Amino acid sequence: MSWLLIALLAVPLIGAAVLLIAPALGRVSAYGIAVSGVTLAVAVAVAVAFDYGHPGRMQLQTNRPWIPGLDLRFHLGLDGISLPLAVLTALLTFLCFVYLARHRPEGGRQRALVFTLLVLEVGMIGTFLALDLLLFFVFFEVVLIPMYFVIAVWGGRDRRRAAVKFILYTLLGSAVLLLGLLAVWAQAGTLDMVDLAARHGSGIPRSAQIVAFLAIGVGLAVKTPMWPLHTWLPDAHTEAPTVGSVLLAGVLLKMGSYGFARIAIPVLPEGAAALAPWLGAFAVVGIVYGSLACLAQRDLKRMIAYSSVGHMGFVLLGFATLTPVGMNAALFGNVAHGLITGLLFFIAGAIKERYGTADMARLGGGMLRRLPYIGSLLTFACIASLGLPGLAGFWGEMLALLGAYKPAAVLSRPLFVTFMAVGGVGTALTAAYFLVMLSRVTHGRPIDTVPAGPLMASAEEVREFLGPDEPVEPVATGAAVEEAAEEAPTGDVPGGGRLVDVTVYELAAWVPLVALTILFGVWPKALLAVTTPAVQAIFGVTS
Amino acid sequence: MIAVTTLIVLLPLAAAAAGLLGSRWPRGASRTERDNAFASRRAAWFAIVAGTGSLLLTVWLAYELSSGRAGAPGGPFWGGVLPGKAEGTLTLIETGSVPISVTLRADGLSMLVGILVVVVALAVQVYSVGYMRGDPRYPSYSAFISLFTSAMLLVVYAGDLIVLYVGWEIMGLCSYLLIGHWWEDRANSRAAVKAFLVTRLGDVGFLFGIFTLGVAAGSFRIDDVLSADLPRSTLITATLLLLAGVAGKSAQVPLQTWLPDAMAGPTPISALIHAATMVAAGIFIVARLYPLFLGAQPTLDVLAVIAAIGMLGAALAALAQDDLKRVLAYSTISQLAYMAGALAAGSDKAAIFHLLTHGAFKALLFLCAGAVIHHVGSNLMSHMGGLRAGLPVTFAGMTIGFAALMGLPPASGFFSKDAVIAAIEHSHGPAQPFLYGSALLTVGVTGAYAARAWLRTFFGPARVEALPEPPPGTAHVFDGREAPRSMLWPIGLLAVLALLLGIAGLGIAGLGDVDWSSAVVSLVVALLGAGIVYALWRSSPHIDPARLLGPFRVPCERAFYVDAVYAALFARPVFRLARGVVRTDEKVVDGAVRGSGRLTVGLSGLVRLAQNGNAQLYVTGLLAGVLLIAVAAVVFG
Repeated sequence: MSWLLIALLAVPLIGAAVLLIAPALGRVSAYGIAVSGVTLAVAVAVAVAFDYGHPGRMQLQTNRPWIPGLDLRFHLGLDGISLPLAVLTALLTFLCFVYLARHRPEGGRQRALVFTLLVLEVGMIGTFLALDLLLFFVFFEVVLIPMYFVIAVWGGRDRRRAAVKFILYTLLGSAVLLLGLLAVWAQAGTLDMVDLAARHGSGIPRSAQIVAFLAIGVGLAVKTPMWPLHTWLPDAHTEAPTVGSVLLAGVLLKMGSYGFARIAIPVLPEGAAALAPWLGAFAVVGIVYGSLACLAQRDLKRMIAYSSVGHMGFVLLGFATLTPVGMNAALFGNVAHGLITGLLFFIAGAIKERYGTADMARLGGGMLRRLPYIGSLLTFACIASLGLPGLAGFWGEMLALLGAYKPAAVLSRPLFVTFMAVGGVGTALTAAYFLVMLSRVTHGRPIDTVPAGPLMASAEEVREFLGPDEPVEPVATGAAVEEAAEEAPTGDVPGGGRLVDVTVYELAAWVPLVALTILFGVWPKALLAVTTPAVQAIFGVTS
Repeated sequence: MIAVTTLIVLLPLAAAAAGLLGSRWPRGASRTERDNAFASRRAAWFAIVAGTGSLLLTVWLAYELSSGRAGAPGGPFWGGVLPGKAEGTLTLIETGSVPISVTLRADGLSMLVGILVVVVALAVQVYSVGYMRGDPRYPSYSAFISLFTSAMLLVVYAGDLIVLYVGWEIMGLCSYLLIGHWWEDRANSRAAVKAFLVTRLGDVGFLFGIFTLGVAAGSFRIDDVLSADLPRSTLITATLLLLAGVAGKSAQVPLQTWLPDAMAGPTPISALIHAATMVAAGIFIVARLYPLFLGAQPTLDVLAVIAAIGMLGAALAALAQDDLKRVLAYSTISQLAYMAGALAAGSDKAAIFHLLTHGAFKALLFLCAGAVIHHVGSNLMSHMGGLRAGLPVTFAGMTIGFAALMGLPPASGFFSKDAVIAAIEHSHGPAQPFLYGSALLTVGVTGAYAARAWLRTFFGPARVEALPEPPPGTAHVFDGREAPRSMLWPIGLLAVLALLLGIAGLGIAGLGDVDWSSAVVSLVVALLGAGIVYALWRSSPHIDPARLLGPFRVPCERAFYVDAVYAALFARPVFRLARGVVRTDEKVVDGAVRGSGRLTVGLSGLVRLAQNGNAQLYVTGLLAGVLLIAVAAVVFG
């Protein structure tokens, strides 16, 4: 059955190659749906073939020499930690293609976009399957290039700067990561992750572990992102097209946190024990800092991007506890964040497409009146994201706090209880910014956004258009006013009458995410039963 | 039996799902008024059928439990009447630490509260059909009530603390959604957000309390936690943390500020969620874990102080309000504080007894107030008066409700309040004199504000004016008639309960016996309070008797400025901090990143100076290098 994993990588890769060779395909978007659909089917087949009796064991392995001179092997496989993420990746990519069928980003070049996304999928899935340190790194890097193009070609107005910042920042992180991986190789003499994890760090001296953990940790923390290495994220998210934001939040961030679960903690336990308090501290600072930053944001997409900083803070806090429950929390949080924030970015993209802006002051209020379905779905996604029990977002946060209440024996308990308390305040702040946003955007009466028409010369006129209720930053120059006028699409916005509510393609892309959010919320065992044995294997606990 | 319990919880959930999904077709622009009416009727049927099903199953379950073996003396107070117990575990979720057991349990305590919940929920659902007639969002409204009912029943029947917490939070969500039902008005939206956030703040502590208990006992199952031998310090920490959640949910000091604002929701919601059930959940949870609280005397002392401050302060605030619903809201805070006081005095029996009767008479009062508001088109008592003739049924219902609230015999409140006050009188503890004094004073103030509301609404000169256009938040315009039949039936049912529940609780359920000496004292105090108000009102019926408060009237009306203090202490600083974080993020954190970029470019500019294309310079450099190496080789070699 090991061919399944190879097929999982080969299908999108061949799909992308065909796009290069075949001169003209009739409908590129249908082709993208088909290829990613087959990939999803293979992923589901993998999930079916997976032996749930032993989720702690590597399954469906392929292990062949690749570059014998470097002792590099093409080693694939998956266990309870990587299975959910691999399936999630295939699902999100497929949903992105479904969404693209109707809602195309500006920038044209549909064919190139499909090609880029398929290559991106190969890299993302490969990262979760790789069991060789360098192979992992190769896939980790493969992802960056297509994502750079997605942002730089199909992004918003300020896309170039955001794309350059994204690639430079993450490449710098990758360089540090590579150094750490090579340090592990130099000390342990092997690149095989299964082998390394089984040794539980024996054979690597403590000082080397600390240095290697620091390097690998910083490299992964850039991707996750951990405060204060997060500033590439809001820019990238704000400028990326909808599908880019969804994949960025849904999958790319998970590659960083997955690295902690797969490499940093199992391979370097002593290094982890030494640096876990720092990791925990940065994590909780990120939670509170991210929530506060959200509270004062004006742009919807930027706010959701900062909310990722907070949510990934909970994931990192889970890791920092070095307990099975904390690791479980992190893995659960990963999947939940992928589903919920993916959905949030889809909806934010849909709003931006309709209103022509994601600026909350310009959106006005009353979305539940103008776009009842989108408004309700936005409410649902926000409620899920703020960690309401019964929806997926809760379990990751709750278990992370539970882990912090009783961290591993080597860690200082009072310190982590403090982290738990700060994290608890963070959950309240999370609820605050989501509800304040919902109140501003979905409640109230619809007001007219700035319509196209004669240019408004002064800030006063703009303020009159926007109405007295809404706080508006004074617009100083005529150029800014012109810009604002351009952004409002003609015809359908003024008066709040004829905005199109949710389309069939949007529903098709979103309903699976909603359903899975509810499923994992009411039945967390579906995920925990898969991850718990794998996590216990990492910490050498037998249940 | 446990299958029946599961069904009781799941039926309203199914109704909620059906109501939310089933009311969405036909979709889009083809939708007509007629479709809306059909959708509303469909939604009403879903909700009422499921509610009736839950009610019947609950009655059956209570019958089964009552026929169980009689409990040993010294056991819980419900052991005599409802000795049976059923518990079932669906599955055990391994978390890597303390496992979560998905467990439901039904025993006497959950039965008593469970019956209250299903009865009031069904009454409110029926009442809402008339009250919300013509509201285009009725389907989602009734679905959210069903969801709330399911969540509250989950809290009541939960056998595991984490399962309980799930229901606990979903209740909060439904409260948020329903307070904000008329979200066109920003004020309603803000009230909803405030309610959610304040309770959520308490719930953070609540969750940590659950962690403390669960980790110490090695299980989140309630029975395991209760039977575990926990050290005293753990008990005190855990119960104090739990108390934060209780104060949030039950609107007790210092987290009481959200409840009066929550009256922005439709009145039936106020009856169900913000009077009878959800706000009582905090009291229920203390009773559920009462053995733990009994082992932590400092927590009970804290609870006593909270209750003493809350009951008197809220009653005084109720005396000065002009909005009828806000009077009832402050009265709810005050009555919940009575229950908390009984718990602090060591009598969970009295607390639960008062919880049941209060659930009945306060729901009755709110439904009647809804009928009045429906009739007048305003919440303000200054717009009411002389309604006795136009609304005879409502008048009778409200009279019973106020009698129960004041504690006049034979209404139910007399018996339960007497049980509470007797328990407080006979208790010991450092806070006991304070609590007892406050309780007695509150009885008097309660008599005063109940009499004031009753007189200002139904007697005196009529001040009703037909409003041309109802503002959002008031569903209807004055039409000069009594409310529709579907609204009167629930009022009648609850009136019977509010009248007889006290005697029934005494006689059938054995929930207490009358302590005549304390009963007479509190009765005299209540009548004294009512008498003063009556005398004042009698002298000039058109002036508000709240003038007896004199200079304290404005502070009471503003609930002692707690809201303003909190806004200055918490809300505004948090927003200031948030803006500061955004600035820091742009200037410092991201500034460092951009700065490093600029630094690199700058450095490369320096290096570029060497690459100026002058061959002479390159050769000179080369020679200098060779010379340096040669010197080094000679010196170190």
